[in-house]
Formats: sequence, structure tokens, C-alpha cells
Amino acid sequence: MSASADIAPDAAGPDAAELARLGEVARRIRVEVIRAVNHARAGHIGGPLSAADLLAVLYFRVLRIRPEEPAWPDRDRFILSKGHSSIALYAAMALRGYIPVEELLTFDAAHSRLQGHPDMTRLPGLDMSTGSLGMGLSAGMGMALGARLTGRSCRTYVMLGDGECQEGEVWEAAMAAARYGLDNLVAIVDHNRLQQYGWPGDGPDGRTPPQVPGELAAKWAAFGWRVLEVDGHDVAAVCRVLEEAARGDGRPVVVIAATVKGKGVSFMEGHYFWHTRAIKPEEFEAAMAELGEPAPEPAASAHGASR
Amino acid sequence: MTLPMGRPMREIFGETVAELATADPRIVMLDGDLGSSTKADIFEKAHPDKYLQMGIAEQNMMGVAAGLATMGLIPFISTFVSFAIVRPLDQVRVLIAQTGLNVKITAGYAGLFTGQTGMSHIIVDDLSITRTMPGMVVVAPADDTEAREVLRWAAAYEGPCYVRLVRDATQRLFGEDYRFQLGKAVVVRAGADVTLMSTGSQTPRVADAADLLAAEGIDVHLVHVPTIKPLDVEAIVAGAERTGRVVTVEEHSILGGLGGVVAETLSEHRPTRIDRIGLRDLYPESGPNDALLDMYGLSAARVAEQVAAILRRP
Repeated sequence: MSASADIAPDAAGPDAAELARLGEVARRIRVEVIRAVNHARAGHIGGPLSAADLLAVLYFRVLRIRPEEPAWPDRDRFILSKGHSSIALYAAMALRGYIPVEELLTFDAAHSRLQGHPDMTRLPGLDMSTGSLGMGLSAGMGMALGARLTGRSCRTYVMLGDGECQEGEVWEAAMAAARYGLDNLVAIVDHNRLQQYGWPGDGPDGRTPPQVPGELAAKWAAFGWRVLEVDGHDVAAVCRVLEEAARGDGRPVVVIAATVKGKGVSFMEGHYFWHTRAIKPEEFEAAMAELGEPAPEPAASAHGASR
Repeated sequence: MTLPMGRPMREIFGETVAELATADPRIVMLDGDLGSSTKADIFEKAHPDKYLQMGIAEQNMMGVAAGLATMGLIPFISTFVSFAIVRPLDQVRVLIAQTGLNVKITAGYAGLFTGQTGMSHIIVDDLSITRTMPGMVVVAPADDTEAREVLRWAAAYEGPCYVRLVRDATQRLFGEDYRFQLGKAVVVRAGADVTLMSTGSQTPRVADAADLLAAEGIDVHLVHVPTIKPLDVEAIVAGAERTGRVVTVEEHSILGGLGGVVAETLSEHRPTRIDRIGLRDLYPESGPNDALLDMYGLSAARVAEQVAAILRRP
């Protein structure tokens, strides 16, 4: 049975039950990320884990979407500009009912709809193909501008990485979207303060974060955007900030979400080398235990022990 | 006989897309701050609300075009070939070609006629680049008549395409009754001695060269290839069979463009001796149009001279 049926979105306010539900969605996104990447023996980990709470709130509370009708013309649009976190998006979409949860194990496999980076021509429900960094906000600007030109009230959400904000095209899009006053466009920066490798420095593991504290907020504000900041792992706060982001004031909105790369698995948190890495069998078991999943079945353990 | 001059292709661009947008409200124009050069400003006067100035930021412009296309709009692009294909190549590849979105990359200032700007602006490998891009349709019209026809076709076509437009007036090859067909080559002149194959605005000059060669007793068979992709393989093979001797001529690099695709096609389907006239492995310099055509061997007289020399060779 598909696991999507028992988790349905709720339009009511974020009461305690709703927050618990969203928290559970985020946990399950993380579980599916670890399971799929472990199964594929390849794929990104740190970024998908840092984005899990944001994706849970987007797909289960904020986005007006119809999983049974992915091309619904009036749907809200979502673009994962940090396309290397695709598995977290696929997990959110699976839990929301776009695809069977079991299909997540085809991630990165040949002939899969779940390509390493999102391919909109293969998987209904993806609003844009991404992967080459810096491009998603431009496409999102086109959608927001197109919504205005065609009289649609939908909103467009684009999730970027903080490392990705080093791409010049992000700032081309930022300038142009501000000039057009696209307040139906919301950028969300997953500010996990690590990029794949970065510069040497005195941060964790001898590396330096992509930006200094406050740098992103100042830059987006200077480019004419309304800047909102949030703890990207506080589900209640994320609900509130995205509600606030929908209150248009003539400017595009950026939500800078402070997150932790690898969030949810203690030994992955805050280490650049978990950006992309194969998971060892004992690491897989430890990660699943931390995420509150039942221990792997004996067959899987034996398989792991044989390595 | 020399062909008469047509109107500048860029004026045809502005006018035709404006006409098309009157009939089809989905059409919008995205400009990379060059509308006063590409004559997209003609469109702006007719449809100010559909004219989307993107500023000097072509990577973003291509992404915005992709996003607009997902909303059911039909974006036409106004910029130069250098800033439509080369600078935002990755955006064109990932967001337009790989997605198959309905974006019309109608780029002006193709080939040597760039208003004396020099090698930063003169792009002569755009056909090579775009034709090797899966999902992209590549069209290079010959004159004002064909440019108008191609733009009308592009508006009706569902999917990404690259239309190579020239800045200035070129000679008029086709009459008002000409109708462009995607993927179809056109026999401009039937002859028996040598088959010349040409594309884009070079074709009218090759037609004039054929007249010069006729005066020397050389009977030219001229095939115009407006669609570089998908290629009219049948017409290329038939053209080669007609005379058994092929010379390609293009205002483009001989590496990978028309000469490249004809050589690939004939070596597979009908091995034939092929010579390629066009830009050699170099970056062209700035200068008046006629001076550049002469310098790079693409004027009617220089083409005739080279073809005659090729035929004299043992």
C-alpha cells in the first residue's frame, strides 16, 4: 500500500496536532532520503536533510496543489533550484501522493523517473528541470510574471541553496523580479551554511561557510526584496513565515531559513563531507535508529554484514 | 543578373512578431536591452504590455522565457546571436532544449553583419552549437520573405527553436508566394555541373555567384537549406546525385555547420567529394559588410571564383 494515504494536508491553522503531523512528515522525508540514497549507493545527503522541514511545510500545508492532477493550471508552482537535493523533493511528493513511496528506491537507477537531478519531462508534478545551479529563480520569475500576465492567482516558490547564491544568475533574477514587483514570487534559501567544499577557514572541518552571518539578508534587501528570516527546522515558525510571505506588498519575498546540513542524523550534521557520500551499513543502521525507524530486517543486516 | 535588395531582416522581425501577437495573445517579447537594434521596438509600440524588458542579463532572460512558456505563453527572444546562444548556452540547454519548452530563440545580428562590432559579437559557430543540441530545431532564412515565413511558422510550432536572423538588408531571393516548410530544402536553380548547397542569407549571394559561373559556362545546381535541423537528407542526397560534385557555402564556420552536416550526411548516404566554403578556423574582425564578405570569400564574386578554382582542380 502506498504510504501517501495516511498523511493528508490540512487547511486549518497550525495547532499542536498539525505541527506534530508536519514534524512526522519531515521525519519520514528524512527516512526516505537515507533509505533511497543508501539503496542507490549514490546521491546527496546533507542538503536533502537540511531541506526536509521546509519541504514538509510546503507540500503538506502551503502549496495549493492537486497530486491527482499535477498539471492543474491554477496550482502553486514549486521549483527546487538546488536540484541536487532532488531525493528530498521526491520523498515529499511521494508522501503527498504524487508517486508510490516504493518508487523512491528507483532513485538514480537507469530508466527511473527519479533522476539524479529533477527532470520535468519524466516526472509529472515537477514544475521545472533543474540541476545546473542558479537557474531556478529565473524560471520561477517567468512563472510569476506569466501568472500575472494570464490573470492566475497562483504563487511560485523557489528553493535555493546558500552556496548556490554564489551563481551570478541568481542576482540577475533578483534584480529583474524586484523591478517587476513580483510579490507572487517567494524564494526560500536553505541556509545550511555549508557548500560542497568551499574555502579553507576556521569553520567546521577547517572550511568556511558560503557567506558571513547577515550577508545573505543584506544582499537580498539591497536587491529590493522583502527579507524574512526563520529557523528552517522550527516547523511552527516555518508555517508562520510562509503565511507572512504570502502577504504581498509589491516586492518579491525571500525567506532565509537557517538550517543545519545533514539535520536529523547527529553524525551527519554540520559536516561538509556528507554533502554527497555513500553510506556504510553501520551508518545506515545508526541513521535509521536516530530517525526513529525500526531496525532493518535480518536479511538486510546479513547483506550489510557481508560487505 | 543581380538579385534585388530586400528589406532589413530585423525590421521584418519586429513587424512580423507584432502582427503575430495581434492574432495570438499568448505571444510575448523578451528583450535583452537591444530592442532598438533588433527592431523588437516595433513590437513594443504595438504591444507595450507584452514587451518584457529583461535588461542586460541574458542568462536570466532565458530562464524567464522557460517559466513563461510553462504558463502557456509564447516567448520570442530579442537579442544578438552572441547573447542568445553563446553566453546563456547552459540556460538554453537545461531550461529550454532539455525541457522542450515553447521558447522562440529568434536571434538577430547573425554572421558577419553585426554593425562593425568585431569578434566579441560575431558568432560563426551558432549552427554547429545548436544543431548538436537534442530537442532544438534550427532554421536560417535566406531573405526578408523567408524570414517572415519562418517567424510565422515559429509562432505556430510547439517547441523550442532557434531562428538565425540577419541585421541588415540582404538580396531578395523569394517572391511573395514562397512558403517555408520545416525540414525541406529548396532547389533554387537546376543545373548539371556542380551542386552548391547554401543556407541563411548566404544563399542569395550564391544565386548571384551561379549567374557569374553561368557566364563562364559552369551550370550550377543550387540547393538552399533553410532548416539545418531536422535536415532534409533526401534533398541533400538528391542534390549530390544530380552532379556528383558538391560545394557548401555558408556565412558561418566550415566546422560543424552546413558543411559539416552535409559532409556527415553524404559520407553515410552517398559518398561524394565535398568542398566547404565559409569561415575557416578563425575569429572574424570588424568592418563594413561588403569588406567582410570580400575578405572572407563570401561575396558573389569571391564564391564564383572559388567554385571555379575548385572545379579546375584535378
